[in-house]
This record gives sequence, C-alpha cells and structure tokens, in this order.
Amino acid sequence: MAIESAEKAGPKRYQRARQGISTRQRVTEGAIEWALFLAGASSIAITVGVLSVLIYESAGFFAHVSVWEFLTGTQWFPQFDPPKFGILPLICGTLVTTAVALSVAIPVGTIIAIYLSEYAPHRLRNILKPVLELLSAVPTVVYGFFALSFVTPFLQLFIPGLPGFNMLGPGLVMGVMIIPYVSSLSEDAMHAVPMTMREGSYGMGATKMQTAWRVVFPSALSGITAAYILGISRALGETMIVALAAGLEPTLTMDPRQPAATITAYIVQVSGGDLPHGSIGYQSIFAAGLVLLLMTLVFNVWGYRLRKRYREIY
Amino acid sequence: MPITTSESNNAESKKPDIKVSGSLVSMDPSKTKADVQNLNFWYGENNAVKNLTIPVADRKVTALIGPSGCGKSTFLRCFNRMHDLYPNTRYEGQIILQPHGLDLLSKAVDPLEVRMRVSMVFQKPNPFPKSIFENVAYGLRIRGVCDKAFIAEKVETALKGAALWEETKNRLQRPAFNLSGGQQQRLCIARALAVEPEIVLFDEPTSALDPIATGKIEDLIDVLKERLTIVIVTHNMQQASRVSDYTAFMYLGQLVEFNETQKMFVSPTNPLTEQYITGSFG
Ligand SMILES: Nc1ncnc2c1ncn2[C@@H]1O[C@H](COP(=O)(O)OP(=O)(O)OP(=O)(O)O)[C@@H](O)[C@H]1O
Ligand SMILES: [Mg+2]
Repeated sequence: MAIESAEKAGPKRYQRARQGISTRQRVTEGAIEWALFLAGASSIAITVGVLSVLIYESAGFFAHVSVWEFLTGTQWFPQFDPPKFGILPLICGTLVTTAVALSVAIPVGTIIAIYLSEYAPHRLRNILKPVLELLSAVPTVVYGFFALSFVTPFLQLFIPGLPGFNMLGPGLVMGVMIIPYVSSLSEDAMHAVPMTMREGSYGMGATKMQTAWRVVFPSALSGITAAYILGISRALGETMIVALAAGLEPTLTMDPRQPAATITAYIVQVSGGDLPHGSIGYQSIFAAGLVLLLMTLVFNVWGYRLRKRYREIY
Repeated sequence: MPITTSESNNAESKKPDIKVSGSLVSMDPSKTKADVQNLNFWYGENNAVKNLTIPVADRKVTALIGPSGCGKSTFLRCFNRMHDLYPNTRYEGQIILQPHGLDLLSKAVDPLEVRMRVSMVFQKPNPFPKSIFENVAYGLRIRGVCDKAFIAEKVETALKGAALWEETKNRLQRPAFNLSGGQQQRLCIARALAVEPEIVLFDEPTSALDPIATGKIEDLIDVLKERLTIVIVTHNMQQASRVSDYTAFMYLGQLVEFNETQKMFVSPTNPLTEQYITGSFG
C-alpha cells in the first residue's frame, strides 16, 4: 500500500520540481549570483579605495620629502624644525615589538594547539578552546594598561635599569594577546589531520609526542603557517598596547629594553591631534600607513607562497 | 521501507541458527607464531569480537574473511593493541606471542613494545608528509637510531623487500605523496618492514588499488611470508584463496570456521561458510 502510493506520487512531484527549475529558480539563482558578486566586488572596491587614499595623500607627502630620505633616514622627528622624516626607527620599533610578541605567541600557541588537539580529552578541549579565545576579546587598551602598570614594573625586578617605557613589556603582552590566534587556527589544522595518519605512526610504535611532532604537525603545516601569518599580521598592526606602553619615542634600536615608537603608534599619536591637518607632518601618517600596509602585504604573500609550497610537497 | 524491515527480520530469525564450527586445525604448538585464546573485545557495551580462539601459524598467511561489520578489523587491531588509542575499549582473553609466550594483551605489556614487533598496513595508503626515504626510515628514527649508513641500508633493504626499490631509488628525497596509490601502499609496506617486525597485519591492503597494483602486493605477500607471519583481512575470496594458508571466517563477531585455506575453499564444513564463499550469502 505505502509503496504503491509513493510510486504514484513520486514522478509527479519530480515533474513539478523540474518545471520549477526552469522558471522561478533560474531567476533566484541569477539574483543570488549577482548579490554574491556585489559582495565580493565591494570588498575589492573598499580595498582599492583605501589604497588610493593612502597613495594620494602620500604623494603629497613625497612632494616635500624624497622617497630616499624617507626610506633611509635614521631619525623621525616630524615636530622639529627642520623636521626629520626617516621611517627606519618606526619600522624598527614595529619589527622589534612584533618579534618579541611572536617569540611568545608562536611557541606557546603551538604547544597549546598540540596539547588541545593531541592530548586533551574531548570535553576539556571543548571548554578550553573558547576560554582561550576570550584572550583576544580583551580590549587592547586594557592590555596596554596592563603592560605599562604591571608587566614593566615586574620586569624591572629582573632587568635593572629597564625604563618605564620599553618594547619588551608591551611586546610580551601583545604576544599573550596573539596566542589564541595562533593556537586556535593551528589546532583546527591539526584536528583536521585524518586519524589514519596518526594510526600509521602509532602503528610503528611511536609515542604520542613523536606522533604529534613528526606526523601531525607536518601534516597540518599549511594551516599552521596560515595561523602564524595571521599572528604576524596581528602583531604588525597592533596599536594600542605599544602606543600606551612603549613610549612613543622613535628610536633606531634593536634592543627591546629601549623605548620606541611603532608605525601604528605614531599614526594614532598624530591623528590624535599632535600636528595640524594638512601639514607635512600630518601627511606623513599616510606615507607611514602605506609602509605598514606593504609590510603586512609582504608577510601575507610570503605566507601564501609557503602554504602553497607545503601543500604541493605534502 | 517495508522491504528492508522484512529483510532485517529474516536476519534476526537467522541469528540463533549460527552453528559455530570453530577451529578445525590442530596445529603443532611449535609451529604457531601467536595463539589467540578466548579473545573478547568490547567497544563500550558492544561485544565486537566474541570468544575467538585460533592459532596463527608461523611464517604463514592467515586470512580473515566475513561480511562487513563482522569484526575482522576489530580482531586484527587487537594484535597491535591499536584499540588502546581509544577510550571505552576492553580486551579479554589472550594473544600469546611465541616462542617466548608473551601475552600481547596483558596490561603489563607496553603497547609500544607490541607495536614495535607487530606492524600494520592499512586499508588506505597513509604515507606521512615526508620524503620517500624518511617515510621508510620513520620506524628507525622513532627508535632513536641515528647512524646514517645503517638507516640508509635498512631503507634500501625495506624498499627492495616491498618491491619498490627500482621505482624509487632515484627519487628517495621526493615527497611520498607524489607516488601512485599502489606505490604508496608498497611504501607503507616498506615502512612496516624496515623495523623487522615479527608479524605484519594487513587490513584490506588492496581494496583501494587497481588489479595490477593488487597483483603486485599479492606477489609481495607471497615472498614476505618466507620470513615473517602475516594476518590479512580481505573481502576478496579469490585473494584469500590465492595468498593465504589458513582462513578464518567470522560472522557477527564470532569465529564460524577456521581451517586450512585449501580445505575451507574446497569443502567448507559449516553451511554458513559455504554460503559466504560461494557468494550466496544472506
Ligand atoms: N570505533 C568503534 N566504536 C564502536 N563500535 C565500533 C567501532 N568500530 C567498529 N565498531 C563496530 O564493531 C563491529 C565490527 O566492526 P569492524 O570494523 O571490525 O568490522 P569489519 O569486519 O572490519 O567490517 P568491514 O569489512 O566493513 O571493514 C561493527 O558492528 C561496528 O559497528
Ligand atoms: Mg574492516
């Protein structure tokens, strides 16, 4: 009985569906395609817009300051007379704070990811992962204040003569902030490694540690690289923590104990009203912004190529 | 819907009818490599292997056959304690490794030690994201071997043993993923051989391969059994009859019949076995 009625109803229903595809569905499909295209196009348009504003304003800046002077000058004193616009101290500050942050975030983030993916019981992982992600939900102002009023004084106990403003404190705090970016994405990548891969390793008599480092980690390398690149981009672009705790003093030094200013910190300082609108000093923030954008771009392209290479090999 | 229901009803009503013939082989104890005794295995409450007793002959091939879900893989993975990796699993009974009488399932025995002596080749080739050379060297490296010349020699021997040397000797440093499926499976065999195991477990090693690659692996198994013991799960009756010396037929977690392959395929004792190997099962 049931079969008979189903057989009768079946073909009719399919016919109706087929007619639907030819009319209404085609229109909807087309509309959806357009909507998706517009969404995609808008993101490109916004990027192009930002880039052109940056380039346009930087052009005004470079009319007064030569590109050579900008890129090779070792002093950055926009308020001086005559002003000095050598970006190297800012680049240096940016790279040193980023390096300090990554020296925390990459090892700790990777170890946490391995623990969560390979060691932690399923339940614990489901609790720990979101809790960890909260770390990146803390407002960066809070982190900056924490670096200034807690981490630096604490470091001063061990490093005599450490100035109140320095790159080490905010760099470390920034590293903590970035940990979840690294660990969460890395963990996703390692979790996605098929069980047969692990069984192959365990089947040879490998320990958990050996399996995690020698098989799971390289299997997930493409995703892990993506996680690291995201961490780097995040560190390069971080503003508040360094602006608050690193001193806003453009210094050309590789020593993380020294105070310094990063590109982002300088931009926020000037946009805050230190220099009058329309002045060369004001325009310099666009040139600095352009440099930051290019730096981030370089890291992203580099990361993209690494990922492609790993994907090709493995 | 009604059709499947009636089918499963049939299966249910068949259940009590299983006549278990058990092991029909009386093997000289000195010729066994492992003695499986009253083995039971549980996934939580699911008793997937029931009271299984067979001898595994030394330097012979033992095939495990039976319909899907009957517990062949589960049984095979008891030999290298693979189930220890997962929570909520339980073994009962013994698998005694000869000649020294070590009970592989004993809590006192470290599963790592078991896996060093009992290697496994999986259904789907699972090479590691490393070079061909490093894949084969893996077992040695995790055992802490550092001597380069020694490793190179072992890798070469293992690749030759897996009939892969000629194809790979000029590209040992290339990624293993670039090999074809059949080559990858032989690489996995080489990886398992490099540590000179006493037993190698194969879980449907050719089910993902074409007939030519399958033939190569079957030939390989023939050669390998001269120096080590093999237990192989297969769905392919021809394969079982071609490569194995002994065959165990399992159904619903039970051992229905265990016999010399020749005898079992020519004159099965149990009606269920006959139905299964002639393909008129269920
Ligand atoms: N991880 C697991 N947890 C719980 N039950 C499982 C698990 N793996 C297998 N089983 C059950 O144990 C029984 C035996 O499964 P097993 O994989 O050993 O069958 P098999 O004979 O190898 O089948 P196939 O020929 O399809 O590979 C099945 O009923 C299956 O549902
Ligand atoms: Mg199976």
